[in-house]
Amino acid sequence: MRRNLVSLVVWVLAYLLFAGLIRQATGEFSFLNGANLELVLRQTAIVGTAALGMTLIVAAGGIDLSVGAVIALTTVVVASALTAGFSPAGALALGMLAGVIAGALNGLLVTTLGVVPFIVTLGTMLAVRGAAKGLAHEQKIDAPTTWLNDGLAVLPADRRWQLFPTGVWLMVVLALGVAVVLNYTRFGRHVLAVGSNPSAARLAGVPVDRVKRFVYLLGGLFGAIAGVLQFGRLSVGDPTVATGLELDIIAAVVIGGASLAGGEAWVLGSVLGALIMTTIRAGGSQLGWSNWVQEIVTGVIIVSAVAVDRIRHRRGT
Amino acid sequence: MLTQKTRDWAKNSGAGGLGPTRFADPGQVVQIWRAIMPQANTAPDPDVPVPALVMAGIGKRFGPTLALAGVDLAVASGEIHALLGQNGAGKSTLMKILSGALAPDEGTIHLGGASYRPRDPLAGRRAGIAMIYQELSLVPHLSVAENISLGVEPVRWGLVDRGRMRAVARAAVADLGAEGIDPDANVGSLPIGVRQLVEIARGLAAGCRVLVLDEPTSSLPLPDARRLFATMRRLAAQGKAIVYITHFLEEALGVADRFSVLRDGRLVASGPTAGRSSPDLVAMMMGQPSAEAYPRRARARGEVVLEVEDLAGTARLERADFVLHRGEVAGIFGLVGSGRTELLRAIFGLDPVRQGAVRVMGRGGYRSPEGRWASGVGLVSEDRQGEGLAIALSVADNLMLSKLGGPWVTPARQQTATTGLIERLNVRATSPFAPVATLSGGNQQKVALGRLLHHDVEVLLLDEPTRGIDVGSKREIYRLIDDLVTGSVPPKAVLLVGSYLPELLAVCDRIAVMHRGVLGDFVPVGDTDERTLLLAASGGAS
Repeated sequence: MRRNLVSLVVWVLAYLLFAGLIRQATGEFSFLNGANLELVLRQTAIVGTAALGMTLIVAAGGIDLSVGAVIALTTVVVASALTAGFSPAGALALGMLAGVIAGALNGLLVTTLGVVPFIVTLGTMLAVRGAAKGLAHEQKIDAPTTWLNDGLAVLPADRRWQLFPTGVWLMVVLALGVAVVLNYTRFGRHVLAVGSNPSAARLAGVPVDRVKRFVYLLGGLFGAIAGVLQFGRLSVGDPTVATGLELDIIAAVVIGGASLAGGEAWVLGSVLGALIMTTIRAGGSQLGWSNWVQEIVTGVIIVSAVAVDRIRHRRGT
Repeated sequence: MLTQKTRDWAKNSGAGGLGPTRFADPGQVVQIWRAIMPQANTAPDPDVPVPALVMAGIGKRFGPTLALAGVDLAVASGEIHALLGQNGAGKSTLMKILSGALAPDEGTIHLGGASYRPRDPLAGRRAGIAMIYQELSLVPHLSVAENISLGVEPVRWGLVDRGRMRAVARAAVADLGAEGIDPDANVGSLPIGVRQLVEIARGLAAGCRVLVLDEPTSSLPLPDARRLFATMRRLAAQGKAIVYITHFLEEALGVADRFSVLRDGRLVASGPTAGRSSPDLVAMMMGQPSAEAYPRRARARGEVVLEVEDLAGTARLERADFVLHRGEVAGIFGLVGSGRTELLRAIFGLDPVRQGAVRVMGRGGYRSPEGRWASGVGLVSEDRQGEGLAIALSVADNLMLSKLGGPWVTPARQQTATTGLIERLNVRATSPFAPVATLSGGNQQKVALGRLLHHDVEVLLLDEPTRGIDVGSKREIYRLIDDLVTGSVPPKAVLLVGSYLPELLAVCDRIAVMHRGVLGDFVPVGDTDERTLLLAASGGAS
């Protein structure tokens, strides 16, 4: 809880800092208005949703580099299905299925080959990205607009009571769900035990391999949900979208207080981590920072956030 | 007796205690040498060589525990000295002090007549102490030559001089009489016995004067052990002083010139091995019957709950065949590496099995940890931190891990499920949600055992459940074990692996000895004694 509070404070400070910087540069408080906040939240919904699956994987002592590729594959599958005449619901189901298959494949390879997750998912990252490109014939697929695009669209006047786009609320609900699962269910305890000490988990009768497989499958599922949200933004199936996004997602999880060694993870912290990541990017763009400046700043922030957390951890317990 | 004499001498000459050492004159060291081992030179002789190693009046205390009390040890160049004693007698502590890993509270050490006070193991190594542990410290991915030069690589023009590295390695293995070892071979590909030789070669290449071998043969097959003894003799002939720690008494008598026996942190005997026998040594190693009371109530043996039939595993476990009844504590005594841990792991489904069968309450069942828990068997691992517990997780999580119930595991439920257990076990933790890592060793062990109580298993497999914990926790754990086999309905069955005989004899009903992977027959504790069991476990019985 305390960690989440710290992340929240960090985010608010970062947000206000950007607001102040932008005011100095442009003379107005533009970063603080609703439209900009909404912009940040929309991008956060994508990174944050994928970060939920990543949180479970990292908690179990694993890592998934293929999630960016899964997002791209999902946009392509959904777009192709829609252009092929599927109903939006059918296209949605196919997109989810693609993500789940990719996740299940990761889990199977990790548990049966005895190859470390970093390498397995490095391989599937390339393979899934390739599959997306092949399916899309290496070009973007423009799909007709349907209700699938409402996820992260600007709210129409009669839906203003919603405050934020549906996709943002979806992420919030999913985050609460994953937090409850990780902290208050048998499965969640098993995930943390496997991540904390696999030998001890095995001795205690935890089905270690089954837990890992399910966790990677969930990672694929959350990647697919993020992919549908991504698709919704432009109604385009783009096989090159979300390239490198897996690193933002992993950074969000780590900033949120998870240990890459496994055994600790804070679901709400991961969401706040995603918020911090996208705030920096959006604020930097508003300030007119070049891409390279943004990247250096992001790198510095990731390392310092985690370093501060570790130092606090060492002093704490 | 000798100890007292030395200490008196040290006191009179102002050399004892913590003050700065004043043995500038090698003649004085020779005097201690004579005081400690009068047999070594009955006639005063000005040509008496300065002993390679003299430890005098070494004392060490860990909190309330006195680990070493005024221990003396002297080893001459060219001597193989066996250091004997039961587990916990203080052998390792003494050697850690010698290596520089621990600082003594009192006493002095001299190497070749010069005062020696290492600040850390590196200083010890520089002074010429080479420690060879049972668990080797080689880097498996590097070659023999690279391992031998590790940390002191010869450099030419800023690059590693591979030619010289190989030459150094070749010279070191030649000193061992093991020219067959290829300096370019990958260490990971070598059998364990050869790796041990490489480890020794590393010590030689660093220019060691004193070589300490800590139970080097417990994981070696017999031919490798024989080769190691030949190497030791050869090195002694070259003038090295060798300290050899072992539990195999026959081996010690065969290879060593002199011996010292430690018991409860004190030196109880020292002298030449000539004319000694294993039973002599066992008598010296044995403690007085412990004054501690092990709680024990009348036991009634019930039906058979665990049958192990002709079981053989893939590593170290050659044969085990026995049954376990309700209402009894059956003990297995064996040395480290005897296969006792592998036996429990094979029964519990943690290690693969080559042949044989395990039946729990008449049923074979699914041979996996999950299957065993489901049929009412629980295991406490000897490796508390590495395997027994997930120490970053909370007390409640660890207690409940094998049986969380569910699907919902809420803090409220965890609290109600574990509060009673934590009280019964007397676990001292700030709350059920405190990470296990914050607990003391004894309390951690109670949590590990508590998991079996939470699960309410019928058969408890306990591997060294009192290893490295304080006396209070030890007594509580033994009271709990007694309670489980006498107090519960129906009574539980306990299989207890241990390496401290007085405890095992006090707690168990029947006991068997494990030696080189083979489990002997169980005999009632009343029909045997420490001497017989120690002999059997040291390979001296048959």
